[in-house]
Amino acid sequence: MFDALSDRLERLSASLRSRGRLSPGDIDAALEEVRTALLEADVELTVVRAFLDAVRTRLVGASLATSLTPGQQVIKAVHEQLIEVLGATPLKVTYASRPPTVVLLAGLQGAGKTTAAAALAQWFKAQGRQPYLVAADLQRPAAVEQLRVLGDSIGVDVYSEPSDPVSVAREGVERARRLGRDVVIVDTAGRLAVDAPLMAEVRAISDATSPHYTFLVIDAVTGQDAVHTARAFHDSLSLSGLIVTKLDYDARGGAVLSARGVVGRPVVFASTGEKVGDFELFHPDRIASRILGMGDALSLIERAEATMDADVVANSASRLMSGQFTLEDFLAQLNQVRKMGSFGGLMKLMPGVTKEMRNAASNVDDRELNKIEAIIQSMTPRERRDPAVLDGSRRTRIAAGSGTSVNAVNQLLKQFGEMKKMMRQMAGGGMPNLPGKLGRAAQMAARADRSREVPAGFEALGAGLRAGSPAPSPSGKNKKKKGGRVTPPKQR
Amino acid sequence: MTYVLVVVALVVVALVALVVVRSRTRRPVLAPPVAPLPEVLVEEVAARPSLDEPDALRTRLASSRGVLDRLRNLSGEGALSREQRDVVEEVLLRSDLGVSTTRAVLEQLDQGVHLGVAGEVRRVLLEFLDRDRGVRLVADPGRIPVWLFVGVNGVGKTTTIGKLAQHHVDEGRHVVLAAGDTFRAAAADQLALWAERASADIVRATEGADPGSVIHDALGRAGARHADIVLADTAGRRANNTNLLDELRKVRRVADRDPGQVVETLLVLDATTGQNALSQAREFLAAAEVTGIVLTKLDGTARGGIVVAIERELGIPVKFVGVGERVEDLRVFVPEDFVDSLLAP
Repeated sequence: MFDALSDRLERLSASLRSRGRLSPGDIDAALEEVRTALLEADVELTVVRAFLDAVRTRLVGASLATSLTPGQQVIKAVHEQLIEVLGATPLKVTYASRPPTVVLLAGLQGAGKTTAAAALAQWFKAQGRQPYLVAADLQRPAAVEQLRVLGDSIGVDVYSEPSDPVSVAREGVERARRLGRDVVIVDTAGRLAVDAPLMAEVRAISDATSPHYTFLVIDAVTGQDAVHTARAFHDSLSLSGLIVTKLDYDARGGAVLSARGVVGRPVVFASTGEKVGDFELFHPDRIASRILGMGDALSLIERAEATMDADVVANSASRLMSGQFTLEDFLAQLNQVRKMGSFGGLMKLMPGVTKEMRNAASNVDDRELNKIEAIIQSMTPRERRDPAVLDGSRRTRIAAGSGTSVNAVNQLLKQFGEMKKMMRQMAGGGMPNLPGKLGRAAQMAARADRSREVPAGFEALGAGLRAGSPAPSPSGKNKKKKGGRVTPPKQR
Repeated sequence: MTYVLVVVALVVVALVALVVVRSRTRRPVLAPPVAPLPEVLVEEVAARPSLDEPDALRTRLASSRGVLDRLRNLSGEGALSREQRDVVEEVLLRSDLGVSTTRAVLEQLDQGVHLGVAGEVRRVLLEFLDRDRGVRLVADPGRIPVWLFVGVNGVGKTTTIGKLAQHHVDEGRHVVLAAGDTFRAAAADQLALWAERASADIVRATEGADPGSVIHDALGRAGARHADIVLADTAGRRANNTNLLDELRKVRRVADRDPGQVVETLLVLDATTGQNALSQAREFLAAAEVTGIVLTKLDGTARGGIVVAIERELGIPVKFVGVGERVEDLRVFVPEDFVDSLLAP
């Protein structure tokens, strides 16, 4: 359902490409596609309109002296505008001269406040601070208990008592001061924005504790309603920033833009999972790419680094390049990739992937992968290293051992042969032979985030590849061939 | 399975390539240009226009009169004007119906309007909401009916179960709750509070225990005490993680094993959720054979229109809605009321 904006614009570009400069008509057509992309990403309609006006201004003023196609020009303008709106200047967290620094968390029910509170405490701890948690959510049954458990797990004390939220918050801050803690995080009850009494309560907590920072915790899957939430909280609490949760879902996260659009406060933190450690400072460029459906190369790489065993990958990848790729390596690779999640999900993050490939990937059934695994595991080590020894009787044995058919074994071997050939070509041509867009996106990702180190294994892999022949121009032929092979699931 | 290998190969190669290219292009860092913090993008969030005022788009006047009263007086016939079309589109998009369902409605309207614009939109939406919404309370003879609750984090699964438990108890059923959310800290405590309130039985295990075993034990308890129904909680999980969905598949299998029988698998959805709800529904349908939706948090400003898209595209009907904190605020879904609230200003 979500088409990448680049796909949409590609469809348009047949008419766009012929001309060097964008005519007003072209801009209208392109912006219509951008509008759909933003709406599918859950950006609120009013924000979409304001945003498109800003992009139009950019495009009309854009010069034609670029090497970009009109479609790319549009994407670039939209991307830049997104990053600008999402916060060119991130909020710098400073600390109160007279500790403790008080941080108040507010948000709707289920946005993930309690988990965010613990995650934030962990983050401050990592900055060398001594955080203190105050559970002022006395509404939801067991919310206090949840924060206590989380606090225990990260070694941060949690204060609460069953009185009323305002006095719990006041007393909590007071205790933190006495205990010499320098950051206090106050978790408040989840509420519906329209709920006046609860809104008054969080207001009272805010007045009682005079927080240095008030963060709205907002869920990345929120729809059009995000603006109302953000506006309501901003009006009564005067927010200092936003915390986005559930960025690990495959939502486009347009709610972030909506909320940002109406309160004008930066997104400061993002949580990418339910574990307390999945919490980091927010990167506007990543969500910008996501909203446009351009893939999120950085997140993909990070996920790869987190879940894949660098040694295994580097090892089999270097053999892959030297043409000695065996079924054993393939199995290892397959298992590594499977650890990262569903193929469909991975493909969604991957930039420059055609729609056909994405569909093919989301059709990959786990059971089929299991079958492949079973077949390979039914082979002897020698057979795995050298499939040429597989005669009819061996194949029959493997089929029986893996619970599949000889036909399936044959198919796997044939495909493996083709795959090897393809990889050898790629290794010979060097990496830039990959779809051009993919390489570009990776470069963009690289530029966007250079501070992080690449693990040793990947580094070695890079060095190995660099030794190969350098940078031929992106070859359309190669790309086409691969796309063609993926599309038709002919024989089944 | 032919194309699978190629896809696998591409994924592997592409990943490697991404990492390599990134490591290659690492150069000295240039400080990003510091732009001033952009002003608030939108000063005023436009009020939803009402369907029968074509100029609402321009004037953006929030109306105080009930739109339904005016709907009845509407007499627009024939083709839709450009402005009317824009207003309808805006109303539907703002209700989170999504781009494709909104287009489907507009296409229907383009074939002619006979009941007035609002009436026609109402008719088309109700046409999309035409599934059977009955809930099964009875299993095959000798088996215990199980309602399994699934969903992502923070949608209100545990609260929904608590409220439904109260309903069942009020109707004279003996209820056993299975605290299958063994992941979230204190989720079982939360359910235990509800069990106490509703005087239902609860079976729980320590945090991190196997959810399947909790449900198995609950079925044992239900059998021993001749319970009428088991309501099984599960941990919130995101819908794009294969491992978590596999776990859910297993939980469902356990719950469906004799003496249990899963008669309803209810996906709990939060009305504030946008387009992601559709992919949630798709994934949970595949993993747990969802039979119905509980739409929670409808008492806020969110409209929850995405359920129309879900019912239209995946055929999963909404069975219950949550409109408030109290037990009686969890109600049976009535399409007519829902559509009216979607279209209300």
